[in-house]
Amino acid sequence: MAKVLMKGNEAIALAAIKGGVDAFYGYPITPQNEVPEYLSKHLLANGKVFLQAESEVSAINMVYGAAGAGKRVMTSSSSPGIALKQEGISYITAAELPCLIVSVMRGGPGLGSIQPSQGDYYQATRGGGNGDYHLIVFAPESIQETIDTIKESFDIADYYRNPVMVLVDGLIGQMMESVDFDRPKKERFVPEKDWATNGTKNHPGRRNIANSLYLDPAELEQHNIKLHQKYEVIKKNETKFELIDFDNPEYVIVAYGTMARICRSAIEMLKNEGIEVGMIRPITLFPYPEKAFEQIPENVKGILTCELSMGQMLDDVLIANNGKHKVGFFGRAGGMLPDPEEIVGAIKNFNERVVK
Amino acid sequence: MWEVKYEKSQGLTDSKLSYCPGCAHGIIHKLVAESLVELGILDRSIAIASVGCSVFSYQFFNCDAQQAPHGRACALATGVKRVLPDNIVFTYQGDGDLASIGIAETIHAANRGENITVIFINNAIYGMTGGQMAPTSLIGQKTTTSQDGRTQKNHGNPIKISEMFATIEGVAYLERVAAYDPKHVLNAKKAIKKAFQYQMENRGFTMVEVVSTCPVNWGMKPVDAMKWSKEAMEPVYPLGVFKDKGRE
Ligand SMILES: Cc1ncc(C[n+]2csc(CCOP(=O)(O)OP(=O)(O)O)c2C)c(N)n1
Ligand code: SF4
Ligand SMILES: [Mg+2]
Repeated sequence: MAKVLMKGNEAIALAAIKGGVDAFYGYPITPQNEVPEYLSKHLLANGKVFLQAESEVSAINMVYGAAGAGKRVMTSSSSPGIALKQEGISYITAAELPCLIVSVMRGGPGLGSIQPSQGDYYQATRGGGNGDYHLIVFAPESIQETIDTIKESFDIADYYRNPVMVLVDGLIGQMMESVDFDRPKKERFVPEKDWATNGTKNHPGRRNIANSLYLDPAELEQHNIKLHQKYEVIKKNETKFELIDFDNPEYVIVAYGTMARICRSAIEMLKNEGIEVGMIRPITLFPYPEKAFEQIPENVKGILTCELSMGQMLDDVLIANNGKHKVGFFGRAGGMLPDPEEIVGAIKNFNERVVK
Repeated sequence: MWEVKYEKSQGLTDSKLSYCPGCAHGIIHKLVAESLVELGILDRSIAIASVGCSVFSYQFFNCDAQQAPHGRACALATGVKRVLPDNIVFTYQGDGDLASIGIAETIHAANRGENITVIFINNAIYGMTGGQMAPTSLIGQKTTTSQDGRTQKNHGNPIKISEMFATIEGVAYLERVAAYDPKHVLNAKKAIKKAFQYQMENRGFTMVEVVSTCPVNWGMKPVDAMKWSKEAMEPVYPLGVFKDKGRE
């Protein structure tokens, strides 16, 4: 397939099909509606499952059921909808079931707005579900990168038996870009799902159970330790980031997703003015690319964290920086997108931006 | 000569049941297990355990199982059945689980005519959490959260699930049964078996509501509890077939 011009949300849907999705369960919410709309047409036509659930609560629990049955299953939603899915996400993670959750962020809190935002960084990386658990969270910056990530996401989820979240914002969902669906994806070992609850006739002599209940605290602690060890392996294997203009930067910007796109333009503008600025672009938000910060030269004047929020990733930047450099913050919230000039200004007046 | 007259159903595992003495949960487990074996569907069945005293039913039914968050059993069942339409999928839910926190999931699964079977255990109380009021508790019934008895004014009337679900098009079979004497236990078995039979025939959503007991949280001896389910509950929850598409 040659390059095609496609809207982000539809590209998400098609990439999921290319990634081998068997079933989609979801509930309408702007700005991600084109994902279920596209899938409703193309999954059913190909004998796969598409179901509009009665709520996000129900949708994520349908995902639980189908994931437990051993199928490649996904849901997609936006901020208030992802909030409702948190209970199910905790259970799915606890039961170690793989699935794909697409989160197309809009302005919050509450009903907020339908404009793009990154106000759900905490929601994605800290979660609102109960207990010690993590999602593997990817935050692509373009439609192409979103496609490549989604195509691979089922392999990753299956390998680790853990949900993968692809976190984008309404801008990526709504804009159009020229994209290629046939870029090669990383070859990964995908284990047999011999744990699937698909009837004992498929695995005689063994009952398969999807469960998250461990009334014995010692047993539950062991389960937590096992999950923790898995997250450590994920940190080692899956941490992903990009370093941009890192030759001899005066300042370093840290930004992801749409904000990273805007910062790229700001970095060009600053370069033309003779100010060298590098960028760390986290591609995975969990695991967070703390390692990238080791590559920041000693003599940089500061790190500017840029987000479409009031400062959430900032916490991870502060942890990764560990007091080494001055850290500043620039953010817009509520669905407002900054011009690159605003980021240029923030770098020039870095000292006014310092938070720590 | 020895002859086996009675043995535990192959549909149950050897796990010790966690139910209190005299609780009807155990009786209904046996009926479900026997039905799965007699219909020859045990090895393609997937049980969805709910949150309540029956939370451990995933350890008791001798088939694959999933354990659902509180109230979400019908959503899990839908998720499984849609991707494995040739398997038999059933939920086992209490009245708090089904009629309170999970009513949306249950109604919509019924309305879509999901080809699943719901075993609904109505004991008019939250058993597992220690006897709080359920949406199905009777007017005047004393529970830990309605200590002077449930009032219509404060809590509304007991919710009548079978009456309500009888109006839903997607329901293929719906019967309310009881477990307070052998005759009614035998009839409950017939209803449960029929529900699974209908699922095998792809007829749609099937549910059997069991007027059950909770001797411990009702503060009664097992025999008195059986009596109370007959004398106090049955008039509010009359038994019978509420829907049978096979007969239409
Ligand atoms: C989200 C959530 N809320 C509350 C609980 C606590 N809880 C556990 S069982 C239960 C009630 C179960 O009652 P019922 O469904 O009637 O089952 P029974 O124990 O009576 O058989 C509640 C409220 C929970 N586990 N999860
Ligand atoms: S608490 Fe009640 S419902 Fe639960 S097992 Fe005991 S008697 Fe049965
Ligand atoms: Mg109950």
